[in-house]
Amino acid sequence: MFTYYLRLGWRSLQRNPILTALMVLAIALGVGTSMTTLTVLHLMGSDPIPWKSDKLHYVQLDNWDPLQGYDDDGSPPDQLTYRDAMALMQAGKADRQTAMYKISMPVQPENPEVKPYNATGRATYADFFAMFEPPFKYGGSWAREQDQQHGRVVVLSDKTNEKLFGGADSIGKHVRLNDNDYSIVGVLDTWQPRVKYYDLTNGSLSAPEGFYIPFTTATELKSNSTGNNRCWNNANSGWDAYLESECVWLQMWVETDSAAKLDEYRSFLDSYVTEQKKLGRFARPRNNRLLDVRQWMRDQKVVSGDVEVQSELSLAFLTVCLLNTIGLLLAKFMRKSGEIGLRRALGASRRQLFAQHLIESGVVGLSGGVIGLLLTLVGLWIVRLLYSDFARVATLDWPMVLATIALAIVASLLAGLYPTWRACRIVPALQLKTQ
Amino acid sequence: MEIRPIVSTLLRSKVSLILIGLQIALTLAIVCNALFIISQRFASMGRPSGMDEANTFTVSSSGFGQHFDIASVTQGDLAMLRSLPGVKAVTPAISIPLSDSGWSEALSLSADQKTPTAPTAIYFVDEYGLDAFGTTLIAGRNFKPEEITRRAPRSTQWPTETIITRALAQKLFGDANAVGKQVYIDVKGAPINIIGVVDHLQMPWPHGVSRSADPTIVDYSILMPQVLSFGNRGGYLVRSEPGRRDELMKTVETKLGESNRGRIIEDMDSVAHIRALAYGQDRAMALILGGVIVALLAITALGIVGMASFWVGQRTKQIGTRRALGATRLDIVSYFLTENFLMTTIGLALGVVLTYALNLWLMSNYHSPQLPWFYVPVGVVCLWTLGQLAVLGPAKRASRVPPAVATRSV
Repeated sequence: MFTYYLRLGWRSLQRNPILTALMVLAIALGVGTSMTTLTVLHLMGSDPIPWKSDKLHYVQLDNWDPLQGYDDDGSPPDQLTYRDAMALMQAGKADRQTAMYKISMPVQPENPEVKPYNATGRATYADFFAMFEPPFKYGGSWAREQDQQHGRVVVLSDKTNEKLFGGADSIGKHVRLNDNDYSIVGVLDTWQPRVKYYDLTNGSLSAPEGFYIPFTTATELKSNSTGNNRCWNNANSGWDAYLESECVWLQMWVETDSAAKLDEYRSFLDSYVTEQKKLGRFARPRNNRLLDVRQWMRDQKVVSGDVEVQSELSLAFLTVCLLNTIGLLLAKFMRKSGEIGLRRALGASRRQLFAQHLIESGVVGLSGGVIGLLLTLVGLWIVRLLYSDFARVATLDWPMVLATIALAIVASLLAGLYPTWRACRIVPALQLKTQ
Repeated sequence: MEIRPIVSTLLRSKVSLILIGLQIALTLAIVCNALFIISQRFASMGRPSGMDEANTFTVSSSGFGQHFDIASVTQGDLAMLRSLPGVKAVTPAISIPLSDSGWSEALSLSADQKTPTAPTAIYFVDEYGLDAFGTTLIAGRNFKPEEITRRAPRSTQWPTETIITRALAQKLFGDANAVGKQVYIDVKGAPINIIGVVDHLQMPWPHGVSRSADPTIVDYSILMPQVLSFGNRGGYLVRSEPGRRDELMKTVETKLGESNRGRIIEDMDSVAHIRALAYGQDRAMALILGGVIVALLAITALGIVGMASFWVGQRTKQIGTRRALGATRLDIVSYFLTENFLMTTIGLALGVVLTYALNLWLMSNYHSPQLPWFYVPVGVVCLWTLGQLAVLGPAKRASRVPPAVATRSV
C-alpha cells in the first residue's frame, strides 16, 4: 500500500510540476539555509573533549584594580599573573595542572634548503599532554623533571616535523629555535581540535601550535608572550619586575579526577587568595572561578553573536518556507476534493486517505531534503569562503546530514498535516454532486 | 471598488489568510532587522582608518638569538628603506590601524584621578610616523627628530610628548584646544604633553574595545615618539609614491632579506589586505544576511503567486459569471489586487509588531542599537509592492477568463 500511495503521490505531484517545484524549492531553501548555519553553530559549540570536559577546569583569580573591575559583567580576569600561576604550580594540589602561554620563535632548520621562519608555539608543562591528550606519532611528552630542570626539550607538531625532517622519526634529533638547541622528545600526529579550547583568549579558531617547550625554559630565556597581556598598575621596568607585576598573561588549567577533589581544589584557591590578601594583594572581593571546558567556552562566547543571529534568522526563514508549503499543499489538496470525494465514495477510509496524502507531503519533504542537503554543502562552502578561519567548523558531519533529511521530512509532514486533515474531512456526497 | 465581497471571500478562507499573513509578517520582521544589521556592518567598514591605505604596506623582521642588535639593525633598515626610489615615508611600527593587535592604555587628566577618562590605542613611531600613516595634522606640530627615543624592553616609562586624534581630544577636552594640555598614562609618573592633533587614526581593533561601546572610541589613538621592538622583532610601515606600492613591496622584501642573513623577513602585507581581513566577519555577515533576504523575498513572492494561481483556478466559474454580468477585465484584475492588498496589510500590521519584538530581542541579547524609524515604513511599502507585483500575473490570467465559462456546467 505504501508504494501504491508513493506512486499516487508522485503522480499527483507531476500533475502540477511548477507548484511541486515551488514547494520542494521552498523546503530545500529553508532547510539548506538553516542547516548551514546550524552546522556551524553546532560544530563551534560542541564539546571538543567529551570524555573529560567536566574534569578539566580553567583557573581564574581576581587580582584586578580595586577601583575598576576587569570586566563590566563582574568576571575576574581571563588570565593569571606569573606570581599566582607559579604559586599554584608549585603547590600542585590538582591531579594534573599546567600554566601556559603563547610564544613565537624563529625556527632555524639545519637543512639549508628550508628557510628560517617564525613559528607559533606554546610554553607549557609536561601535564599539558596528559590533560589535553594530543595524539603522538613518535615519542611522547617530556618528563615532569624537565619542567624543574628547565630542560631544552621540544615536542613538534606533525607539520613542523614534516617541514624540518620530511616526516621521519626525529626523536633524539635537535631543532634550533632562536639560537638555542632543543632535543626532540615527541612528535604529534595530526591534532586539530575544532575549537582551540585550551587557549580561548588568543583566538578560539586559530591554528594549532608548531611546537611545545617547557614553560620554565621559556621564562628562563625571557621569551615574551605573543598572546594577550593586560596590566592595571604600573610596575617597574624590566623582565623581573614584569614577572612580579599584576599583569595577567598566563592560562592555567587543572585536572581533577573527582568532584570531591575539585571541591578540595576550590577551597585551596580560597585559602591561597586569603593568604595573598594578607600580603596586600587581591584588594577586590574574592572572585575565584573554576569553569570546566564547556562552561569556559560559553563564558568566552566561542560561538559568536554573529553565528547565533545567523542561525536564528535562518530558522525564522525556514518557518516562512514551511508556512509557504502549508499554504500551497492546502490549496492543492482542496483542489483535489473531487477526486478525494470519489475515492471516499468508492470505499477508501479516512485513515487510508490520510496516509496517502501524508505520504505525498513526505515525498515533497524528502525531495526538499535531498536538494536542501546539496544546498547545505554549497552554503558551507560559501561560509568557508567568507570566513577564512571557519575551515574546521563549516564542514558537514554525519549527524548533521541525517538531521537535515529528518528536518526536511518532519517539516514537510508538519506542513502537510493540516491540509491532509482538511482534505480527509471532505464529505463525499457533496463533491460527487457537483460532478 | 466594492471591498465587502472581497472581505467576505477572504474570511471564508481564514486559514490561507493566516498563512499568508504570517509569512508577510515574518518577512517584514526579518528583512527590516537583517537590513539594519547589514547597514551597521557597512557603517563600520566605511570608517576611515586615517591611513593612506592604497599606498602603504607593512613588513616585519625577526632576528635570532641573544646577540642580535635590534637597535642598529632597525637604524640600518630605516636608512636603507628611505633611500629606495618610490618611497614616500617609512616609520618603525609594530602595530597599525586594523592590524588587530596592539597596545592599549587608559588616559587620565590629573594625577589624583581614581578611574581613567578614556581608553586609547598607542602607536610607537618616529618623526616620519604621520607621513607614513598618511594622517593629517590638524593642530600643533609633529615630533622633532631629537624627541625620538628607543623604548627599552619591558620599560614602563613614558615619553613627555604625544600626538592624539581629534576624537580623543574631543573626549578629553571637549571643544577646547588640546595642544599644550597634559594627560597621564601612569598617574604616579610624569604628565605627557600634547603637542599635536591628527584628524583620524583608528585603533588596531576594527571594532574598538567592544562592539557595544560608543563608536567614536574606535578613533581613540595616541602616537608616542618611541621606537619599539618586541624582543628581536621589529616592524616597518612603508608608504610609497602613489601607485608604486606593489613594485616597492617586491624590492623591499629582497633588499631586507639581502641586508642581514641572521633574521626572518615576514608579514609583508598591504594595508588594503589588512583592511579586508579586519572586516572579513562583517562582510561575511552582510553577505549571508543579504542572501537570506533575497531568498526570503523570492519565496514569499512565489508563495503569493502560487496561492493566487490556485484561487484563480478555483474561482474560474465565479469570474466567468462576473464577466458575464458586465464586469470588465480591469474589474477582475483590481479585484485580485485589492484582495492581495488587504491580505498583505493584515500581515504587515502583525509584521510591524514582530519587527520591533525582534529588534528588542537583538538589543537585549546582542547589544544591537534601536531600529531607526524609517526601516518599517520603507519595508511596508516594499512588501506592498512585492505583493502587488506577485499577484499581477495570476490576476491578469483571471481577467482573460471568458464570460462563456459561466454558462458551462463544469
